[in-house]
Amino acid sequence: MLEALLVMALGAVVLGAALGYAAVRFRVEGDPLVEKIDAILPQTQCGQCGFPGCKPYAQAIAKGEAEINQCPPGGEEGIHKLADLLGREVKPLSAEHGIEKPKSIALIDEQTCIGCTLCIQACPVDAIVGAAKQMHTVIAKQCTGCELCLPPCPVDCISMEPIPESVESWKWRYPVVRIVPADKAAA
Amino acid sequence: MNALQRLFRFNGGVKPDYHKEPSTHLPIAVAPTPTLLVIPLHQSIGGPPRPLVKAGDGVLKGQRIGDADGNVSSAVHASTSGTVVAVEMRLMPHTSGLSAMCVVIEPDGRDEWVERNPFDFRAATPTATRDYLRDAGVVGLGGAVFPSHLKLNAGKQGKLDTLVLNGAECEPFITCDDVLMRERADRLLKGAAIMREMLAASRVLIGIEDNKPEAIAALEAASAGNIDTTIQVVAVPTRYPAGGAKQLIRVLTGIEVPHGERSTDYGVQCFNVGTAFAIYEAIALGQPLISRIVTVAGNVGQARNYEVLFGTSMRDLVALCAPLPDTDRVIMGGPMMGFRMPSDDVPVVKATNCVLVGSQKLFPQPPPEMPCIRCGECAKACPADLQPFEMYWFSRARIFGKAQEYHLFDCIECGCCAYVCPSRIPLVDYYRFAKSEIWAREVEKDAADLARDRYEFRLLREEREKQEKAAKLAAKTAAGREKAAAALAEAEKPARTPDEEAKHALIAAALERAKAQKEQVHPENTGNLTAEQRAEIVAIEARRAEIREQAKPHLRQDD
Repeated sequence: MLEALLVMALGAVVLGAALGYAAVRFRVEGDPLVEKIDAILPQTQCGQCGFPGCKPYAQAIAKGEAEINQCPPGGEEGIHKLADLLGREVKPLSAEHGIEKPKSIALIDEQTCIGCTLCIQACPVDAIVGAAKQMHTVIAKQCTGCELCLPPCPVDCISMEPIPESVESWKWRYPVVRIVPADKAAA
Repeated sequence: MNALQRLFRFNGGVKPDYHKEPSTHLPIAVAPTPTLLVIPLHQSIGGPPRPLVKAGDGVLKGQRIGDADGNVSSAVHASTSGTVVAVEMRLMPHTSGLSAMCVVIEPDGRDEWVERNPFDFRAATPTATRDYLRDAGVVGLGGAVFPSHLKLNAGKQGKLDTLVLNGAECEPFITCDDVLMRERADRLLKGAAIMREMLAASRVLIGIEDNKPEAIAALEAASAGNIDTTIQVVAVPTRYPAGGAKQLIRVLTGIEVPHGERSTDYGVQCFNVGTAFAIYEAIALGQPLISRIVTVAGNVGQARNYEVLFGTSMRDLVALCAPLPDTDRVIMGGPMMGFRMPSDDVPVVKATNCVLVGSQKLFPQPPPEMPCIRCGECAKACPADLQPFEMYWFSRARIFGKAQEYHLFDCIECGCCAYVCPSRIPLVDYYRFAKSEIWAREVEKDAADLARDRYEFRLLREEREKQEKAAKLAAKTAAGREKAAAALAEAEKPARTPDEEAKHALIAAALERAKAQKEQVHPENTGNLTAEQRAEIVAIEARRAEIREQAKPHLRQDD
């Protein structure tokens, strides 16, 4: 009886020590789940989800404090990917957080711009260049289309322009074979 | 032909009807210069060239009108002399039906060349020669339009074992390489010799399908008189797609280039025979690439090969061949890999090896797609040794990661799988769809990564600025305290010494003098005035006061 108890106790001590060592030695810095969620999010940094950026939203999802359907730029595909990753149910995009729009970039009307620098301060990715009383312009390649520069502009000179499809960005359509009714095909 | 040349074989492939004969009866004809040339700026793989001309400019034949954008790009030239009418968006010879930047030239009919100087590539460094070819706009003319200067690089070892020239031309209807080899064999071989020297290749193999005996004979006759015995003409069995670069390399050398590696790492490089001819023209004659041989075949009365200036409308070209009345489409390329054009009014570009005229009778609408019955015929036919049915299922279900695991990007889109499919599934359409979706996702992912980095850097910068501000403020407060302490210490100091007292008195006296001097000086414009002027000033002041009084209530309202 005593022998059995001692063996079990010894086992518990050895395993406990091993686990304790592993917890210190193989400690994971940061939350790997947050990184994975962040990789799915579109990095628009628009704040439409109610969090001040994509990373905070990823952290909130990981903690279970936020739903997965609060990201309009990520769209339906983003929701599907998050649902797959987290094993949650797919939900339609939450209407209160916005609607999915075609990808656009900001365009500053340089005739109207007064050079107030307010949009520069609002841009989360530093994609607007300019200086006080100097004309501002958007670096198109770096603009995420977050629309955060629109509200601070005192003269409303910023508009969102949808990115047009070009020969380089054109995608092959999903193959659909048109079915012709037999009577018409014969005729 | 070297009888001792051992040939290998690739798996799969099909034997479609070739239809090549009708377009080989007549020699190459020069297509007439059209009334308007629409030359797209982006005609090769890589960055779109920057336009060098604007509307109203006069251009000469062979003048560069688009400058290569970086090294992975290729220049574009005016096909004839004339006036630039516009630099604008025009319909592209692309399935999408979208437009892109084109230079529109109205020919003046003089066909006047720019100054042409042969390029001495032996005296120049390899880099200078490559830059020259980039600026001469030489790209692969087999259809992929990859800039040739990037491929004329001997790789890590500095020399190549084999240079393969691709004259297989396996796609039905197309005969542009065939007639080029028949009629211009000597110049083609000169181009091959230049390339062999640039690549330091020990041998050159020209692979030609054995259904082109005339081309083989012409090249052999030309190489017989040639001292360069390293060039061999090899007949390869006729089987589609023997003209695929990887397939031809395998047939000629037995080397199978593995997934994700380059043929140069295995000592082999492959070029189209048309490219060899273009390199000869660029180096030996100093002529940039401004035209190519194009096969016009299919639903036409007289199929033929034409030497066509880039920018010529396909409509003008097809009109030369008496198209039959039931013509309803124009395809760029062959029936297996070609692309249907959005209209027949699109320009001939560097990638146009064939303008295939089609009709409902010639290419009937395929019957509806049936479910995949898993017969495996597609895998047997695949020349790239892939499993087309697996790629099809995953592409169809939009599971792109899995499709990529089955090496979707090793697919050369030859169409053999769709050709043999008993369920008539348009397999290649699914692969093209999946490929472009994957590319779009890659672009999106890169953009997201860039945005993440920039956002994180911004947060870091804001934090740093905050800290710097706080540090500055702390330093300022400390300085203020020190100053106050110093002033206090000053006040507590003992009375001044007599010496200092005297100095202070001197300074005070100087200040006093300066003040007196200032008072003596009067402003000039109000001195020495007549009585009339004085009266006028008084009147003006009165008016001003009056206006101010009137304005007061308004100002208050505004506030």
